[in-house]
Amino acid sequence: MRKKRKQSRLLEVWHQLKKNKVAVVALFVLVLLFLVAIFAPYLAPHPYEKQNSKLANAGPSREHPLGNDRLGRDILSRLIYGTRQSLQMGIVSVAIAAAIGILLGSVAGYYGGWVDNLSMRLLDIYQAVPMFLLSVSLAAILGPSLRNAIIALGIGTVPGYARIMRASVLTVREKEYVEAARAINASDIRIIFKYIIPNSIGPLIVQITMGVGSCILAGSALSFIGLGVQPPVPEWGAMISDARRVMREHPTHALYPGLCVMISVLACNLLGDGLRDALDPRLKN
Amino acid sequence: MVRFIIKRLLMLIPVMLGISLVVLILIDVTPGDPARMMIGAQATQEQVEALREELGLNDPLPIRYGRFIWQLLHGDLGTSLMTKRPVATEMWERFPYTLTLVVLGTTLSVILGIPIGIYAAVHQRTWKDNTAIFLSLISVSMPSFWFALLLIRFFGVYLGWLPISGVDDWKGWVLPSGAMALGLTALIARQMRSDMLEVLRQDYITTARAKGLTEGRVVYRHALKNAMIPVIMVIGGIFGVMLGGSLITEVIYSIPGLGQYIMTGLYNRDYPVIQSGVLIVSALFAVIILIVDVIFALVDPRIRSQYTRKEKRKAGRQLAKETKTVETS
Repeated sequence: MRKKRKQSRLLEVWHQLKKNKVAVVALFVLVLLFLVAIFAPYLAPHPYEKQNSKLANAGPSREHPLGNDRLGRDILSRLIYGTRQSLQMGIVSVAIAAAIGILLGSVAGYYGGWVDNLSMRLLDIYQAVPMFLLSVSLAAILGPSLRNAIIALGIGTVPGYARIMRASVLTVREKEYVEAARAINASDIRIIFKYIIPNSIGPLIVQITMGVGSCILAGSALSFIGLGVQPPVPEWGAMISDARRVMREHPTHALYPGLCVMISVLACNLLGDGLRDALDPRLKN
Repeated sequence: MVRFIIKRLLMLIPVMLGISLVVLILIDVTPGDPARMMIGAQATQEQVEALREELGLNDPLPIRYGRFIWQLLHGDLGTSLMTKRPVATEMWERFPYTLTLVVLGTTLSVILGIPIGIYAAVHQRTWKDNTAIFLSLISVSMPSFWFALLLIRFFGVYLGWLPISGVDDWKGWVLPSGAMALGLTALIARQMRSDMLEVLRQDYITTARAKGLTEGRVVYRHALKNAMIPVIMVIGGIFGVMLGGSLITEVIYSIPGLGQYIMTGLYNRDYPVIQSGVLIVSALFAVIILIVDVIFALVDPRIRSQYTRKEKRKAGRQLAKETKTVETS
């Protein structure tokens, strides 16, 4: 019974979302990117690390549709493999941030009092550091690698999720069903996980969708300054950084990876906008 | 008002203490020995040990933290391990560059973003509005460092109008501030648009129109002031994004500002630089937010009156108390 109702709620959102053509296209693009990331070895025409000094900086050809970079590596293949790194950075770091944020926000909101006060003051400290400076410092201190960049981005973006969650929990905890749960002597943990979190997570969905986009963006910036994915593994931001050396003669080398970042972030933002309208049609103007 | 500012400044102290503690702990738990970095790989273990002792790296964490705070109170931010110069002096020299960059970038995004937002709102549901929204979405989704490179390639290399790096004259500032402003212009425009649409639906706008005012007067005199308030809030946060963004922009355009300084410090594990850099930039950010909040209070009569009313209420209470004491005595 409960499952059915949950499904119908999802279906309702989906029906709303379907009306918004732009959001559907964005969702399609994201699914496509996901598939590209999964099937990269089958889609890429060449191995991403294969160097061919004869073809260094070569223009587009039938063999290499987007040309070759300064080490003679196939740019298209590198872009395809790069999808993996960028999506990982976007999705995993948001998962980390959202998980911590949800936990912190629901505990703070549910218990209130000094727990709430303490966690909010901690978040104040957190948010006093500009987010990108925090991520860069964390990534640099932890040492440059994909894993550490993901951790840095994840930790750097917690406060936003925690605050939204807390605000949402504050309204949910006054609901009758929470009182009912308390009346049948359910434990706090049970109440938080079974009643509070599922019912207050709605407003976070939009934030999470857009968060994936902004983490892809910030992740590419980390790789660009050498604090993210390390060579020879391809990543869009790192490819742009690499292309800087031949920017004067071959500007297209930097153009393609930037476009890839832009398209994926744009897709996340458009889907986020669409979801916001679908979840709460009143907000639409 | 003064009380409000002082209270906010006092609230900053625990926040800053927290930040410096966290940075210190982070540097402490990560591998890599700053002393080893300083004197190079060929130094003997004894030399490294001696240097560690000299730098006070062997002291327990609370002592180092206390020492850092003590020095901070005396305006001493430590000495850079790389350049051997006081961090405070070096940061002070670099501060004007970052400030100029951030102020220019913010001004540019405000000057562009607000009119675009108004324009889009006034032309809601037309192709003009759609184009503006679409362009702003694209600009938000673009990596700013990528845009910066494209600007260099086009205006610096292809057209040859502007220098590709360095800020020796005003021309050098054009591209960096443009690159910084792009995404934030879009952000402001979006915020302005949605606030404007919200305000234009209010009753007092209908009244203004019913009075027979021209549409321009309605929008600019009656709607704009009310729609501006949330936009000012956004501008405060934007400074934070700008300060973060200055890290990359300054490196790309070789601007000798705080961002570049911190980046160099991070690459070299120059921990006094990292610690003070994060702290000072955060303090700067906090002060800017405070200034924005004060402006906010000054602009919005509703918030302004809260303060005066509070003062008046207090004055009233004071008066009541005094009369009471007079009566009883």
